[in-house]
Amino acid sequence: MKKEAKMKNSRIVQYVGILAMLLASFELVSAQSDGAQQNRTGRAGTFAIVNARIVPVSGPVIPNGTVVIQNGKITAVGAGASVPSGAERIDGRGLSVYPGMIDAATNLGLIEIGQGANATVDVQEVGSNNANAKAITGINPHTSHVNVTRVNGITTVHSGPRGGIVSGQSAIINLNGSTQADMAVVAEAGLILNFPRVVAGGGFGGFGGGGGGGQVDFNELIRRRDAAVEELKKTFRDVLAYARATEAHAKDKTLPAPTTDLKLAAMIPYVRGERPIYFMVERERDIRAVAKFVGEMKVKGVIIGGQDAWKAADDLKKNDIAVIYTNIYSLPVQQDDPYDYLFEAPSLMQKAGIKFAVSTGNDGSEARDLPYHAGLAGAYGLGPEEALKSVTIYPAQILGVADRMGSLEVGKMANVVVTDGDILDPRTNIKHMFIGGRLIPLTSRHTDLFDSFKDRK
Amino acid sequence: MKKVIILALLITASMVLPAVVAGQSSGEVLIKNATVMTASSGTLQGTDILIRDGKISRIGKGLSAGANAKVIDATGKYVIPGIIDAHSHAMVSAINEGSLAVSSMTRIRDVLNPNDVSIYRALAGGVTGALLLHGSANPIGGQSSTVKFKYGKPVEAFLVEGAPEGIKFALGENVKRSSSQIQPGQTPRYPRTRMGAMEVIRDAFIRAREYKQSWDDYRAKKTRTPPRIDEELAPIVEILEGKRLVHAHGYRSDEQLNLLRIAEEFGFKIGTLQHGLEAYKFAPEIAKHGAGVSIFADSWSYKLEAYDSIPYNAYILWKNGVNVSINSDSAERIRRLNLDAAKAMKYGGVPEQDALKMITLNPAIQLGIGRRTGSIEVGKDGDVVIWSGHPFSPYSVPEVTMIEGEVYFDRANDKSLRAELQREREALEKLDVNRAPSSGGTPPRAPSERNSGEVEDHDGGHQK
Repeated sequence: MKKEAKMKNSRIVQYVGILAMLLASFELVSAQSDGAQQNRTGRAGTFAIVNARIVPVSGPVIPNGTVVIQNGKITAVGAGASVPSGAERIDGRGLSVYPGMIDAATNLGLIEIGQGANATVDVQEVGSNNANAKAITGINPHTSHVNVTRVNGITTVHSGPRGGIVSGQSAIINLNGSTQADMAVVAEAGLILNFPRVVAGGGFGGFGGGGGGGQVDFNELIRRRDAAVEELKKTFRDVLAYARATEAHAKDKTLPAPTTDLKLAAMIPYVRGERPIYFMVERERDIRAVAKFVGEMKVKGVIIGGQDAWKAADDLKKNDIAVIYTNIYSLPVQQDDPYDYLFEAPSLMQKAGIKFAVSTGNDGSEARDLPYHAGLAGAYGLGPEEALKSVTIYPAQILGVADRMGSLEVGKMANVVVTDGDILDPRTNIKHMFIGGRLIPLTSRHTDLFDSFKDRK
Repeated sequence: MKKVIILALLITASMVLPAVVAGQSSGEVLIKNATVMTASSGTLQGTDILIRDGKISRIGKGLSAGANAKVIDATGKYVIPGIIDAHSHAMVSAINEGSLAVSSMTRIRDVLNPNDVSIYRALAGGVTGALLLHGSANPIGGQSSTVKFKYGKPVEAFLVEGAPEGIKFALGENVKRSSSQIQPGQTPRYPRTRMGAMEVIRDAFIRAREYKQSWDDYRAKKTRTPPRIDEELAPIVEILEGKRLVHAHGYRSDEQLNLLRIAEEFGFKIGTLQHGLEAYKFAPEIAKHGAGVSIFADSWSYKLEAYDSIPYNAYILWKNGVNVSINSDSAERIRRLNLDAAKAMKYGGVPEQDALKMITLNPAIQLGIGRRTGSIEVGKDGDVVIWSGHPFSPYSVPEVTMIEGEVYFDRANDKSLRAELQREREALEKLDVNRAPSSGGTPPRAPSERNSGEVEDHDGGHQK
C-alpha cells in the first residue's frame, strides 16, 4: 500500500517532471529563437521619422523635419516632407537622425575570438599571394560582432583579410542579413595589399625577410624593400600579360589559351585600375613608396593606416590617393613624438587637402568604438562636423559607395540611425536604426546577457 | 654603435624638457570660475578652487589668493579630480615573474622607471595616479605599487605615502599558462587547471598561517629560536592580517567567486577583483563579500575568457552597491579613461557623478587612498584636471593636469615647446656623429614600428 502510494506519487512527480521539462524546453526553444537568430534581420516597411532633428551630413542640419523610408530607400528628407499614407510613424521629438556610420577598414566577421580560439579565426591565408581569397566567403553573417557593432550606429563596414603580400579581396557589407549575399554591398570591393615596407626586425609585413631583431643597415632595409616592390611589379605585369593572353584567346581560338591561374585572374580588375587597391602602410617613406607605385602602375590606390600620411600630402594628392586612417587608438611611434600627433593627424590631413576617413582598423569586436575614434579626432583639431563626415560620407566616397550611402539623401539606401544625442558622444543612445530600410531590433549578445543577469538577486 | 648611443642620449635629453618645465609652482594655486565636478558632492558652477601647499584649502566663489599665487582663469572650463587607473603597468620594466606559481616575494617597486614616456601621455589624458601591478602569470603574483605620476621627479616621489601595500593574484587562462607551449623535456609548471590554481592559493595560505603561528609562538616566547625569514610567505601573512590588499585578476565568474570563498575561509577580504568581466553574473555575492571590482568599460571577445563580457557590467555592479572602477591595463587606453567612464552612462544609465567616480574616487578607495585623493574636497590633495569642456564630451581635451598643486601637464606649454624640440632634433640629426651611413657614418638602428597599445608580457601572452 505504502509502496504503491509512493509509486503513484513518484509517477505524479514523473509526470510533473516531464511537463516541467516540456515547458522548460519550450522556453529553451523560444529563448533559442532569439539566440540562434542572433542577428535578427528586422522588418521592412514604410517608415516616417517625424519631428526630428535631421543631420543629413550632405547639407545643413534641419532642426525639425521628417525622414521617409520606403522600399529600402530614403524617399524624403526635409522640414516639409509629407508622410505617405500607411507609413509607420516614429516620433522623433528630442531625437536626431543621422546616416549610419561606416567603418572603412576592419576584419569584421573574419575573427570571432582572436586569442585561444583559432577555430574562429579566418583572416589570413597561407602564402604571399592570396588574391583569389575573398572576405565575402569567410565572413560569418551570424557573428555576434555584427549585432554588437550595429546597435552603436554603425550600419556598414569594409572588411578584408590580412597577411602575406596580396592578402586577398575585401568586401563592403551592411551589418544585416542571414547570408553573405544578403549582407554584401560590394562583394569584391578591393584588393588588400600588405605593401613591402622598410621595417627592421619583423620583415616586410609578411615577407619574413627582415633583420630578425638585430642591428640592420638602414640602406640594406631600403634595398630589400625595393627588391620586394620590384617583385610585386613583376606580378602586376604578369597579371596584365595573363589578361591580354586570355582576351586574345577569347577573340581568336587559334591562339594558345593560357593555363588558368586563379590568383592572376583575380587581380585583373585591380591591376587595370578598375577597382581600388588598399595599401596597408603607416610611415612617410612607405606612403611615398606607395604613391610612386600607384603612379607607375596606374592603379587606383587607397591607404589604410596612414600615421604619417599628412607629411606626404603632395605625393598622395598627385596620385589621387585617399587615406583610411586607423591610428586614433595607436600610441605615438617615437618616444619624442608629440603625445597627440596621432589624434591630430586627421585634422592635418584635412588641412593638407587629403581625402580621408577615420576607421577603427579593428578586427571586429571593437568596431563599435568608431564614433569615439572620430570624436577624438574632432577634439584634436578636426572639429565635430568634419569628424562626423569622417565616419559617414567620407568613407562612403573613398569606398566608392557614396551614391548609395553616407548621407541622408533621397534615393540612397535607408541606412539610418536615430539617436538621443550627438552620435559621436559616448553618452548617446541609439533609439532606432534601419539598415537597407529594415527596422533593426536593438538587441545583441550583450543585451541578451544583460537581460539574463540584470535582476539576479 | 657609440654614435647611436650619443644620438639616443641627446634625444632622451631633449625629451626630458617638458618634464623640467612641468612640476613647477608650489605654494598657492587658484583655479578661477570653473565648472567643478567634485565626484563627491555634485557639480558646482562658476566655482574657484584654492590649492595651498599641495592640498585643496578652499572651494567657493570669489576666492582670493596671495600675490605669488599661480592664478588660472578656468572660465568655460571643467575641473575634475585627477583620474586614477586601478590597473596599470606604466613605468614597470618587468611585468611577470612567471617561473613560480607563487611569486609573492617579487616587488614592482624594484622595477619602476620614472622616465617612461607613457607617464607623460597618461598625464595628458588627465591621469594622476595608478595602481601598478605585476602580471597575471601566477595564482599569487608580485607586490604592487601605488603611485602618483610625478613625471620628472625621482622614483621615490612617485610612491604614495601611506598607501596600503598590495599584491596581485590571478586566475584562469594566464595562470594555467594556456598560451605557453611546453617544450620537450620541460616540466610544465603547476597549475595547468582552474582546480590546481585554487589549490595553489589554498596551500600558500595554509603555509602562511603556519609561518605566522611560528612567529607568534616565538614572540610569545613559546619557542626559543626565531623562525627563518620567508620572503614568500611574509607578504601572505600580511594579507591574513588585513595589512595587504589583494588585487585579483580573473575573468570567469565561477573562479572569482571561488576566490572570494577561499578568502572567507581564511578570514580576509579581497581588495579588488581585477577585470571581472563576468562580475555582473555574481554581483550580489561580490557586494556581500565587500570586494571592489576594477573593470574594462567594454573590451570583449579578444580571448575566450572575455567572450561573455558586456558593457553593462559597470551598471549591474553599481546597482548592487559594489565599488566599481574602470581601468585601462594599457598604455594606450589610459589616455581616454574619461570616455570609458562616459560609457557607464550609456550602458544601463549610471548617473553622471557615479560614472565619474568610477575613474576617480572609486579607484582611490580601492587603492586605500580615498581619504587623500579621488574627489575635490577641502583637505584632499590638489590632484585636479582642467578640461576644455565637459570631460565626457568627445570633443574635450585635458588642458592642465596637477598633482598636489603642481603642474605636470600643460597643453599650451607642451605645444609651445614643439617647434623648439623639432629644431633640436633636426640639429642633432645633422651632427657629424649622426651622419647618414652613405656619408660615412655608422648605420643607425632603424626605428621600430609599434602600433599596439599593449605591451606583451614575457611569455608573449597578452597582458589582459
